[in-house]
Amino acid sequence: MASNAIEYINHHLTFWNSDPSPARGFWSLHVDTFSVSLVLAFVFAGIFAMVARRASLENPGKLQLFVESIIELVDTQVKEIFHAKSKVIAPLALTIFCWIFLMNAMDMLPVDLLPNIAQWIGHSFFGLEAHHVYFRSVPTADVNATFAMSLSVFLCIIGFSIKAKGLGGWFKELLTAPFHTHHPVGAIILAPLNFIFQLVELVAKPISLSLRLFGNLYAGELIFILIALLPWGAQWVLGAPWAIFHILIITLQAFVFMMLTIVYLSLAVEAH
Amino acid sequence: MEFNVTLLGQAITFAILVWFTMKFVWPPLTNMMEERAKRIADGLAAAERGKQDLEAAEKRVADEVRKAKQQAMEIIASAEKRATQIVDEAKDNASTEGARIVADAKGQIDQEVMRAKEALREHVAQLAVVGAEKILRKEIDAAKHADLLSSIKAEF
Repeated sequence: MASNAIEYINHHLTFWNSDPSPARGFWSLHVDTFSVSLVLAFVFAGIFAMVARRASLENPGKLQLFVESIIELVDTQVKEIFHAKSKVIAPLALTIFCWIFLMNAMDMLPVDLLPNIAQWIGHSFFGLEAHHVYFRSVPTADVNATFAMSLSVFLCIIGFSIKAKGLGGWFKELLTAPFHTHHPVGAIILAPLNFIFQLVELVAKPISLSLRLFGNLYAGELIFILIALLPWGAQWVLGAPWAIFHILIITLQAFVFMMLTIVYLSLAVEAH
Repeated sequence: MEFNVTLLGQAITFAILVWFTMKFVWPPLTNMMEERAKRIADGLAAAERGKQDLEAAEKRVADEVRKAKQQAMEIIASAEKRATQIVDEAKDNASTEGARIVADAKGQIDQEVMRAKEALREHVAQLAVVGAEKILRKEIDAAKHADLLSSIKAEF
């Protein structure tokens, strides 16, 4: 039982890697993360673009009202927090919220559903041994997915800073804030200290963004896997409350990622 | 924690998705929603304006009605005045006419009386003359009155 359980957990936590050999390097792809997130990207883009195309001013349907309420939510947050003018930030926030929500929502599928389907397809159509087919269905439980987004946001932060303050202004701020003095010698002494502070602050943003999301979803997935190890008649006792609680988590994490992105970008354009 | 090219792939997907949202999702939907909000605001403003117009119209109607009522009262008052005036005039006319008729009648009556009196007097005179003639015829005796007659003759 114990070795079986460990095997089960390990199997569920292994990615479908394009290079199955243990000595794989950087140029290998997590096919499951990539494909699931791509499909969800199409779902998001498809639904929203369709609604945008068919949007009716006079007589909005239920789906349009739902989409509008999401846009309203994002728009209010952006307008409240981000005071500069930017055409990018609101669509960016909307994309982050919806895409992360959809990727998180994959956690609500039964833990064995997609892996078993993948195993069946691999076994029946490609003649693979079922045990060697791996599939992880939650892209946000993969650091590659979360870091891809947080590093993109990080680049946006730097880009927004440079655009708002100029390259010189940004460098100057890196050296003169948070500790500021008018004394020339003092300024030289404080410059490296400020630089270290700013660097830590800057680097902490993408790391905290991505690790918060990854941690929550990884833990959620792991707990679902552990619940799946219980006898089938007892699974609902823990599974139902955890799934209900997880509805909150997946929404909240998507929202937090979006909010922090807006906050970081608004900090980037404001002078210290 | 295994970083590989998935990160790059995810970042590209993310970038394309953001671009797509920026191009095809956000602007049309927000424009449409702003348009709708504007239309609703316009509608409310129009309703407000209509209400004010209605109030003004109602006020004007009340004013007009009040004015018309006042005018009607004035017309009625003047008509009543005119009526009494006409009645008075008619009364005056009637009384003067009556007086005149009465005076005329009196004059005629007086005339008739006078004429009757005259006729009566003539009649009486004739009767007297006739009576006198009769008496005289019976009384006169040529002999007896020869003296008298002769005296009268003498007088001629």
